[in-house]
Amino acid sequence: MLKNDLVDTIREKALWMRRRAFTMVHDAQLGHPGGDFSAIDIIATLYFGVMRYDPKKPDMPERDRFIMSKGHATGALYTALCAAGYYPEEWLKTYMQPQSKLNGHPNRNYLPGVETNTGPLGHGLPVALGIAIAGQLTGSDYRTFVLTGDGELQEGSNWEAAMSAGNRKLGKFTLIVDRNRLQQGMGTEETNGLDPLDDKFRAFGWDVEVIDGHDVGALVNALSEPPGGRSKPLCIIANTIKGKGVSFMENKASWHHGVPNAEQYNTAMEELV
Amino acid sequence: MAAPAAKQQGFYDCRDAWARTIEELAENDPRIVAVVNDSVGSSKLGGFQKKFPDRLVNVGIAEQNMVGVGAGLANGGRIPFVSAASCFLTGRALEQVKADIAYAGFNVKLVGQSSGVAYGELGPTHHSIEDFAWLRPLSNIKVVVPADSWETAEAVKWAAAYEGPVYIRLSRMPVPDLVVENRKFQPGKAETVRKGDDVTIIACGTMVHLAVQAAVELEAEGISARVLNMATISPLDEAAISAAASETGAIVTVEEANIHGGLGGAVAEHTSANLPVPIERMGFPGFVPTGSVEWLFDHFGLTATGIARSARKAIGRKRG
Ligand SMILES: Cc1ncc(C[n+]2csc(CCOP(=O)(O)OP(=O)(O)O)c2C)c(N)n1
Repeated sequence: MLKNDLVDTIREKALWMRRRAFTMVHDAQLGHPGGDFSAIDIIATLYFGVMRYDPKKPDMPERDRFIMSKGHATGALYTALCAAGYYPEEWLKTYMQPQSKLNGHPNRNYLPGVETNTGPLGHGLPVALGIAIAGQLTGSDYRTFVLTGDGELQEGSNWEAAMSAGNRKLGKFTLIVDRNRLQQGMGTEETNGLDPLDDKFRAFGWDVEVIDGHDVGALVNALSEPPGGRSKPLCIIANTIKGKGVSFMENKASWHHGVPNAEQYNTAMEELV
Repeated sequence: MAAPAAKQQGFYDCRDAWARTIEELAENDPRIVAVVNDSVGSSKLGGFQKKFPDRLVNVGIAEQNMVGVGAGLANGGRIPFVSAASCFLTGRALEQVKADIAYAGFNVKLVGQSSGVAYGELGPTHHSIEDFAWLRPLSNIKVVVPADSWETAEAVKWAAAYEGPVYIRLSRMPVPDLVVENRKFQPGKAETVRKGDDVTIIACGTMVHLAVQAAVELEAEGISARVLNMATISPLDEAAISAAASETGAIVTVEEANIHGGLGGAVAEHTSANLPVPIERMGFPGFVPTGSVEWLFDHFGLTATGIARSARKAIGRKRG
């Protein structure tokens, strides 16, 4: 596909994901829409422009792996897996209903395409590291992608994994940080500041790229493997906006787990076109 | 996270009593500090933060650090109340709780918020139904599970005055105030909420008011059920359990927790070694499916009717 066409396709998928995710959150009156919307362009780019997978063979050993470490953003993950063909759209209607496969946090035993259970923050990077080490041990060429929140990086487990990944020179390992600068209650920098985040990862032995996490072209470039591959793990710091795409949600901590009333829902649907 | 359940008339979220009490205590005792993990809102500590901005330590999303910092603050002469969602406070920081708080014996109060399955649809990662089993063997820590707003306030006041580690396990599920005459909070002691001779229902936390309703239901059938509010899970009031076993001959335990290793496990350990009687343990058998708190309670029989059913079953298993 030509780059421009690819970017358009990804944008279309991302728009569908935002609309669908917000409908799920509205219907369930539960969810984490702010973090869904900051992550959706990143996840759409992975599934519709970068990753190698076959939804009919979710266990295919050579598949690229995506680990959703910020497991609360299930609106983003579940719509992506659905659009990628892992399960029918009908399933999305069961979001958080009794005995649904679409639990508030992803469960690999319920859904194809979910690589590991997440929800407690700071678990995805170590598990992804293990997947990448397994790839290195078996000489496989699959790539491992993991998405964390930025607030999530306050968990020490991430830095244990970051240190190991740097030391092991895992060139097929990519961490994307959803750098929306908000966590649950307020800003990351007023809670427990992360800056300078790029220097931290460089010091741990990683390549670092800082991009606009809503610029799909930039995401495609950063996430695509350079010719000849890499000799270090890559950390992409994706500068994003929490609640991106809906005017009254953007950059508002209250939309971390805020849910829309009917009027807000309608306004959002008018904006998401 | 999950929206709190719709408020019923006369039902109160115990976190409000916690927040009021800790603010009052902090007014009068400058040593009191709060330690949180990006959990100011879910701990209802917004008011505390406004009044005492310097005495709220928000370490960010970092529970191991949070509990370790609690131990250090105690070493420095503060009285830290470390408040976070129970699942992360006990699960993520379990070794810090064991080594830095229990084993080292620091004067730290751990306050677990939204315990049990209060987070409903958010699923087992966010449920805290294993905490009793994890904390009971840490013999230094008093494990207290208030059943209503009054008991929450009393437990927090007591914990502030007591010198040593305490875990207070709160819910966010609204519960009614229990009706008990001449109430006095006595840590380590069961509270008799209803007298009875045919069976004893031993409950804690959010389950106590349901146990009372079950007893009322049973009374209509001529069954006299004793109800004990076991607000302290560790150390256990063994005398009250022995009395229940010998005087009523059958026991039902009810907890918003895993039935393995919690209140039911503790009661079974004591009675099987001393006074074996039939016991029905109610709670969750393991990780639960997706569902709201109300749906989960109903699905696992944690309702007045379900408890009454278990009581009849326990009575039916009595010998002779
Ligand atoms: C170990 C752990 N502690 C606390 C939480 C509660 N929690 C859920 S999401 C969240 C904020 C996450 O912020 P961030 O990582 O920046 O995610 P985003 O803003 O992208 O949604 C918190 C504190 C959790 N899920 N896990």
